[in-house]
Amino acid sequence: MAAPSAHQVPGRVVALHQVVCLLGRFPALAGADLVVDAGEVVHLEGPNGAGKSTLLRLCAGLVGVSSGRAEVLGCDLAADRRAVRRRVGFLGHASGLYDELSVADNVRFAARAARAPAGSDERALARLGLGGRLARLGVARLSAGQRRRAALAAVVARQPELWLLDEPHAGLDAAGRDLLDELVAEAAAAGATVLFASHELDRAAGVATRRVRVAGGRVAGSPGTGPAATVPSATVPAATVPDATVPAATVPAATVPDATVPAATVPDATVPAATVPAATTRPTPAAATPVGSTPGRVEERLRVP
Amino acid sequence: MSAPAPALPSPAPTRARRGPTPIRVLGLATVAALAATTWLALVASPADVNQRDAVRLLYLHVPTAWLAMYLSFAVTTLASALYLWPRTRSRFWDITAGASAEIGIVFIGLTLAIGSIWGRTTWGVWWTWDARLTSTAVLFVTYLGYLAVRRIPSDTEVRSRRAAVVALVAFVNVPLVHKSVEWWRGLHQPASILDERRLLDPQITGLMAATLLVAVVAFTLLYAWLLVHRFRLGWLEQRAEDEGLALALAERRAEASAADASPTPLGVGPEPSAS
Amino acid sequence: MFRDAVLVAAKDLRIEARSRVAASQVLPFGFLVLIVFAFALDADRTGLAGVAAGLFWVAVVFSAVLAVQRSFAVEAGGGGDALRLSGLDGGGIFLGKAAAIAVQLLALEAVLGLATVVLYGVDVRAAGVLLATGLLATTGIAAAGTVYGVLAMGHRVRDTLLPLLALPVLAPVVLAAARSTEAALGVTTAGGGPWLRLLAVFAAVYLAVGLVAFGPLLEEA
Repeated sequence: MAAPSAHQVPGRVVALHQVVCLLGRFPALAGADLVVDAGEVVHLEGPNGAGKSTLLRLCAGLVGVSSGRAEVLGCDLAADRRAVRRRVGFLGHASGLYDELSVADNVRFAARAARAPAGSDERALARLGLGGRLARLGVARLSAGQRRRAALAAVVARQPELWLLDEPHAGLDAAGRDLLDELVAEAAAAGATVLFASHELDRAAGVATRRVRVAGGRVAGSPGTGPAATVPSATVPAATVPDATVPAATVPAATVPDATVPAATVPDATVPAATVPAATTRPTPAAATPVGSTPGRVEERLRVP
Repeated sequence: MSAPAPALPSPAPTRARRGPTPIRVLGLATVAALAATTWLALVASPADVNQRDAVRLLYLHVPTAWLAMYLSFAVTTLASALYLWPRTRSRFWDITAGASAEIGIVFIGLTLAIGSIWGRTTWGVWWTWDARLTSTAVLFVTYLGYLAVRRIPSDTEVRSRRAAVVALVAFVNVPLVHKSVEWWRGLHQPASILDERRLLDPQITGLMAATLLVAVVAFTLLYAWLLVHRFRLGWLEQRAEDEGLALALAERRAEASAADASPTPLGVGPEPSAS
Repeated sequence: MFRDAVLVAAKDLRIEARSRVAASQVLPFGFLVLIVFAFALDADRTGLAGVAAGLFWVAVVFSAVLAVQRSFAVEAGGGGDALRLSGLDGGGIFLGKAAAIAVQLLALEAVLGLATVVLYGVDVRAAGVLLATGLLATTGIAAAGTVYGVLAMGHRVRDTLLPLLALPVLAPVVLAAARSTEAALGVTTAGGGPWLRLLAVFAAVYLAVGLVAFGPLLEEA
């Protein structure tokens, strides 16, 4: 059954349906489903090697889709993944900068390439504390943390519609991390969408509107944080499938494993059943809930693999 | 939860080894044609007035040249184009392109070697820088590059696409090389002894012409037979890879259950004992 | 697309201005090739002036391979994704990179040309033909080099693969450029006309190939 196309639902930024992504022979993503609407701040968490980085790279159009449907910002990634790149800002593990150029030159190149308005590179540099002497320094001479800031400045300067940040807090000092959280919040408030992967659950919870768990190359249902547990009634019609979902909503996090394990073994035939009701209930809460309100949507988006 | 290794579908072993009937017929026809060629070339056809028995190399040289320079690389180019064209994209073309190029390289090498031997026996030189030989040598190296690209350790899709592009660009390069070398050698009026046109196209009539024709047909059949078998090899390799993929997908998904079975607050990686 | 090309060319030339690799390594290499040829060909007996045109172009083409390798090596730093993430148009990137390489090559040729005149003792008769040869040949070399550079980019074997792929393709350019240069130097009486035409065709073909193929090839790197 076809996943709802991004064209049919305006405001849908990311729509992944059973996406398989091969890195060489290895299936980094083995059937991932994810739907993200505009203005959301989604936190991807999961064990090392789960596929979070690949998911982000997929949304940036950097890796190809082997099977499944993937649409980002209305662009079909299987058909042409280059089209989306101008509109996203990607912060990966590597800096994505030219070592021989200065910070200012790098940020300017990134901004101009994205056709960002003039002066956005200056503002971004100033915002990230890289003005003045630092801006003229070659990237190769910077410390790791400064390089992260520079890469972040490049993303900010592009003013992208979709922010893809892979462990953005890593390498930044405390001030830098706070700054990052501010930037993310500002971006979301301005209507951009942010997807980030992080192992810092506490810090991420403060800024994210939704938490999604990635494991084994797939996006699993996430139990969410504490407050999420208080929305059972909205959940029941959405995920009609296993009783496992109801306990997930009401049981404290510690017993989540029991709820998730049977969910993982539910045969694929039930997936459509779970998806259809979810689709009908989704648009309403999405429209009604402003950015920043955490609890409700976590449960509704519970999709059993 | 590790699945047992998937059993390969097994047709009757003899058939799998030697191929279906039409292929075997092709093989037999090839052997027959080659036998006929050998007899005609070595025994039945007359020796040339000037070159004596050395002219028999003609029957080897011309077919291999035809095969190498035209047929096999034309097939490679065509297959590469079909592979890149979205509507006809299929692994079939990619494997065909590679198989044909491999056979082509072998035959080009043979062409150059035989031509060289022939030159040595007839005119006393191993090599001359005339247009045809030079173009052939450049073609040889160009397609060596193509085969090198096919061997790059990389994702199969990526590698196939790159190789296809290289093949097409190589094809574009052929007329450029050919024209330039021709003009170049045109500037140097060939010495009459080494006038290759006179020697490569001696008066070929009657039995010699017939022998040549049989030789060309025989080698074409040989090419087809080699192509089919090399293709089958590539196809089976591809199938083995695909089945490995299904296994890998299953294992990857199993990581999820193992990880969910015991998540820690900081999301540590899957247990080593993940099934 | 041209905006993107200018952006990329400016970026590449700025990198070169900062790191000066082409000036400090590739140019001396070309110089060395000329000198080593003189050693190999026994400068006294052989008429170096007669073969100077050919040797010059061999030196240029070898140096060009290095220049192309360098151009794509800078992309590999920082994870290798900078160019792709920029979101620039593939054809634009191709033109930009080829233009930057061409500029560096032209500078190289100017210096090596002077060196050839001095070291090998040649006279320049038809400067116009020389200039045309230089421009056309450089365009072709830069275009073809950029196409193969992106093919080889990102692989561990790229340094050995690039010469293997590029040199058979550049062989006609060496041929035509050398003959044309000889005509300009008055070494042969034949005109440079047909050779210049061939160089123009080569350049046009590889520019077209690059515009079409570079974008998709960059994706695969």
